[in-house]
Amino acid sequence: MPEALKTDEILVNMGPQHPSTHGVLRVLLKTDGEWVREIYPYIGYLHRCKEKIGENVTYVQFTPYTDRLDYLAAMNNNVGWVIAVERLAGIEVPPRATWLRVLAAELNRIASHLLSFGTFGMETGAFTPFFYGFREREGILSVFEKMCGARLTYHYARIGGVMRDLTAEIAAETRTFLDDMEHRWVEYNALLSDNEIFVRRSANVGIISPDRAIAYGLTGPSLRGSGIAHDIRRAEPYACYDQLDFRVCIGRGLRGTIGDSWDRYWVRMLEILESVKICRQVLDGLPEGPYRAKVPRDLKVPANEIYFRSEAPRGELAFYLISDGTNKPWRCRIRGPSFCNLSIVSEIIRNCLVADVVVIIGSIDVVMGEVDR
Amino acid sequence: MTLNLVDIINQVLEWASGLVGLRYAALPELVRTASGMLIACAGLLGYVAVLAIFFIWAERRVAGRIQSRQGPNRVGPQGILQSLADGIKLLIKEDIIPDTAHPLLFRLAPMLVFMGAFAPFVVLPFSENLVVSNMSLGVYYALSFAALEVIGVIMAGWASNNKWSLYGGMRLAAQMMSYEIPIGLSILTIVVLTGSLNLSHIVSDQQGAWIFRWNIFRGFPWAFFAMFIFYIAGLASSKRTPFDLPEAESELVAGYHTEYSGIRFVMFMLSEYTTMYVISALTAILFLGGWHGPLPRTVAWDGQIYWQAGPVAGNLIGAANVIGKTFFLMFVMLWFRWTFPRVRIDQIIYVCMKMLVPFGIVTLVGAAAWALIP
Repeated sequence: MPEALKTDEILVNMGPQHPSTHGVLRVLLKTDGEWVREIYPYIGYLHRCKEKIGENVTYVQFTPYTDRLDYLAAMNNNVGWVIAVERLAGIEVPPRATWLRVLAAELNRIASHLLSFGTFGMETGAFTPFFYGFREREGILSVFEKMCGARLTYHYARIGGVMRDLTAEIAAETRTFLDDMEHRWVEYNALLSDNEIFVRRSANVGIISPDRAIAYGLTGPSLRGSGIAHDIRRAEPYACYDQLDFRVCIGRGLRGTIGDSWDRYWVRMLEILESVKICRQVLDGLPEGPYRAKVPRDLKVPANEIYFRSEAPRGELAFYLISDGTNKPWRCRIRGPSFCNLSIVSEIIRNCLVADVVVIIGSIDVVMGEVDR
Repeated sequence: MTLNLVDIINQVLEWASGLVGLRYAALPELVRTASGMLIACAGLLGYVAVLAIFFIWAERRVAGRIQSRQGPNRVGPQGILQSLADGIKLLIKEDIIPDTAHPLLFRLAPMLVFMGAFAPFVVLPFSENLVVSNMSLGVYYALSFAALEVIGVIMAGWASNNKWSLYGGMRLAAQMMSYEIPIGLSILTIVVLTGSLNLSHIVSDQQGAWIFRWNIFRGFPWAFFAMFIFYIAGLASSKRTPFDLPEAESELVAGYHTEYSGIRFVMFMLSEYTTMYVISALTAILFLGGWHGPLPRTVAWDGQIYWQAGPVAGNLIGAANVIGKTFFLMFVMLWFRWTFPRVRIDQIIYVCMKMLVPFGIVTLVGAAAWALIP
């Protein structure tokens, strides 16, 4: 080859300011033309010392900080944290509070998956799903606003119960939303899931084989997309999940190979329906009684330790707490599901096209607030 | 030889000069032709600018409707002045050229792109007489200038000295290789059917029998399929979704115009809508009967003619037909953009080279066989 025609690989920085790196993920791409040979993800741009803060504020005070871990699923984070603390301190929670927490967590799961649906559509180049996802998410935000007053950093679960009781008005609005959601879900599939271009963009792209998924510690829809039916809500039921009827959705490789981006996307879509089902059951079977237990204002926890995991929209959210008899944890360790899920990208994004990089990162659906904590 | 726009303008100028006691006709032929052409092109430029402003607004309103939101509705009635306001804002912005960019090529690229997009207007007939140049190689001219746009985009991508821009430019280069051939094949199908490269001739040939002399019906099935090939490949050439790879914002930030702002960005924007118009107008002219069409020029019943349009009304009705069809096809492009995801670079090459080219060859051969049968 003559010297003038010599080709070279170029390094491209994707992010931290890039339209589709979900916040502040920085990915260094080693590209050969349109082909991406290797990628190196760099994280840490959103590090806010969450774990250290957890060791310096009281158990009660740290509850709102958990909203900012996965800022799209604040309810799930709250629920994970308060159950961990309650188990550590041995607090008995009234059943009504448990059910209300599940309602909030499942509504939040729908909201989070709707956002993921929208952004994933955006990453393949379709704008409209984003707006549709936001339109339905608005219904949930309106319910949350009435529940707890916030629209982004919702903060409903409290140690010992929930913030407020569910009024008949909120219940009616939630039911209206759930009916609407099922109807819209069909529309989403016509618009995006079954769109030929979308299927060709996402099927057989970024395949994660089941054993690789387990080896990298993937959880949530990213793991279930690879065909492994593992869900903490089933495997280690917490709250009232053991009394509810729902299905653990897994990827079956309907459009390509098991574990491709379309499967992960489809698991999220199916989980929206399952969450709708759970919310209905909660609204129907909500037990009467108090919604909050008496918890001392300055909660002191006897020396103990706990590792509690819960199923957040993006996977297994776990809190490892060591208490030393004071009102602050001695150690507060948080396992963010997005952090583990993100670790696989440098293995699966290899020898693919630039356009696939954003699709694969989008299909894993990372939230940087949770990766960096 | 029928009158064209330049002749009409010259006649008007002659009449106007007579009013003030001058003789325009006494000027040399060359001067008269040149001034007529310049005035015609200036008029077209104004048309293109208004069109782009209108369609940028329309795109945002259509997008709003599709996405169940409002779209711009504050500036002027129904927000119609929104893109004018945006345009003014962009015009008065600071002119930023990156330090590392190539100063000459960076400035030249948007002009070249707009020139490539605008030049085909010279041969686009709005009606029998409303065409700037009735040149016999009209189709050929339009295609060659449309290809000039690609050079401008690659130049923009290269001169910006930004890796994302470079990707955008290179993607368009690869895309161009694949869509140019099906465009050529589908146009050849019509050329074979009509026997002319002159756009006005191609339209005159489709006269009569209400809409059933249009090429898509007359040349059925060949021209019918050729229209879809032309329109799809044309979408790729106007860089619209699902073929908007050179500016794919979720992948390449903003593609080849990442580093552009202010007036230069306006040029890119303007040329995008101009190309859309050219592609839609060519589809209307080549396949959908051009100025012949749904709006009739003669009202007749039982062999008796009640009303027949004169030259002025006839030309205006013809222009309304062409513009109406073009606007509908442009609306379809907007509709596509807000519905479909984007294809990948290998998929666009696959679609163009392995689907459109073979089908284009089939339509061309079929049309040629059609032409042989008396």
